[in-house]
Amino acid sequence: MVKEIERAGLPVVHVCTIVPISLTVGANRIVPAVAIPYPLGDPSRTMDEEKEIRRRLVEKSLKALQTEITEQTVFTD
Amino acid sequence: MSYRIIHYINQFYAGIGGEEKADIVPEIREGIVGPGQALKAAFGSDAEIVATVICGDSYFASNMEKASTEILDMMKKYSPDAVVAGPAFNAGRYGTACGALGEAVTKNLGIPVVSGMYPENPGVEMYKKSFYIVETPDSAAGMRKAVPAMAKLVLKLLKGEKLGTPAEEGYIERGVRKNKFYDKLAAERAVDMFVAKLKGEPFVTEYPMPVFDRVAPNPAIKNMKETVLALVTSGGICPKGNPDHIEASSASKFGEYDISGVTDLTCDSYCTAHGGYDATYADQDADRVLPVDVLREMEKEGVFKKLHNKFYTTVGNGTAVASSKRFAEEIARRLIADGVTAVILTST
Repeated sequence: MVKEIERAGLPVVHVCTIVPISLTVGANRIVPAVAIPYPLGDPSRTMDEEKEIRRRLVEKSLKALQTEITEQTVFTD
Repeated sequence: MSYRIIHYINQFYAGIGGEEKADIVPEIREGIVGPGQALKAAFGSDAEIVATVICGDSYFASNMEKASTEILDMMKKYSPDAVVAGPAFNAGRYGTACGALGEAVTKNLGIPVVSGMYPENPGVEMYKKSFYIVETPDSAAGMRKAVPAMAKLVLKLLKGEKLGTPAEEGYIERGVRKNKFYDKLAAERAVDMFVAKLKGEPFVTEYPMPVFDRVAPNPAIKNMKETVLALVTSGGICPKGNPDHIEASSASKFGEYDISGVTDLTCDSYCTAHGGYDATYADQDADRVLPVDVLREMEKEGVFKKLHNKFYTTVGNGTAVASSKRFAEEIARRLIADGVTAVILTST
């Protein structure tokens, strides 16, 4: 899906837990997420801490969208 | 007894015309037309082409269901034992027509059907699972090779003979897995394969992996403050109760849901349809998969222009690559039409 959206001409960032799959299917901007059942959260934390984690991942995603790349790139810290 | 075959070809191979005649409606003629001659030679006395259906490629492509129904009705009068479609080589609309018709014949008439296409013909990806498509070269120059292979496969299917592997029979892999007994254990076979690989010798995998293609990255966003962001997910987030019944695995559809005025995905209103991960956490707080709450805050702060008022969702769990591709093509089309300029896609 990421690739078809990219192919249509829209910049897209893939926030996902299993980075190797994302790389295999051909996503270009990849932001690694927390865990499979809660990619943008962490139920072991308080709701506020979770939201903070989520905010950081979304900010990272926006940064990825604003970064010029020429090949598949995984945006770690 | 000789089997009764109906042959399907397009306007070009029928000698009616090229693109300018591509919108002709289907017709059926008794006996052989065009490449049917080669097919007849390949069948010998085993089978006879009783009729040929001709249809314009554009007519078929723009009226797929109608054309299929019309053609099936025409075919029934001739009580065929099998259908041969094409070969279509690398002609996209022709391949799609042969494919759609092949699927319709399989489903509605329940008789063998064989087509022939170049592996990159879009008809292959769309219909290879539905029936047998013989691999052909990419142009009609390969007719002499394609037709005998197609004829041979049809006869085998008609006679109920056991088919070998796709490579042995010359048809395109349909993704059907069959159990088979070997004298050697899997571990020994794996080691043999590995040793062959190390020696640079040829070996054949027992489980080919799907091939994925690549798309170049789009340019980065220059001005985030002018950006309209949309959310898409394969994590199955949907309104509570899954109103469109998106399947928990092997999804056949995607959902489009309005989030105008929604600032938080609460457990009262949203859940996940996904059957491939523990739904507990997403059902408690769907923002953990689809970060609407945070994006609404950032939208308010003016970090970007707008969060699109619709999100798109499907279940990425055993869902066919071809289906995902189809969903995303449609989703992207709608997003662009709605003025969206960037996408965050989340996957579980």
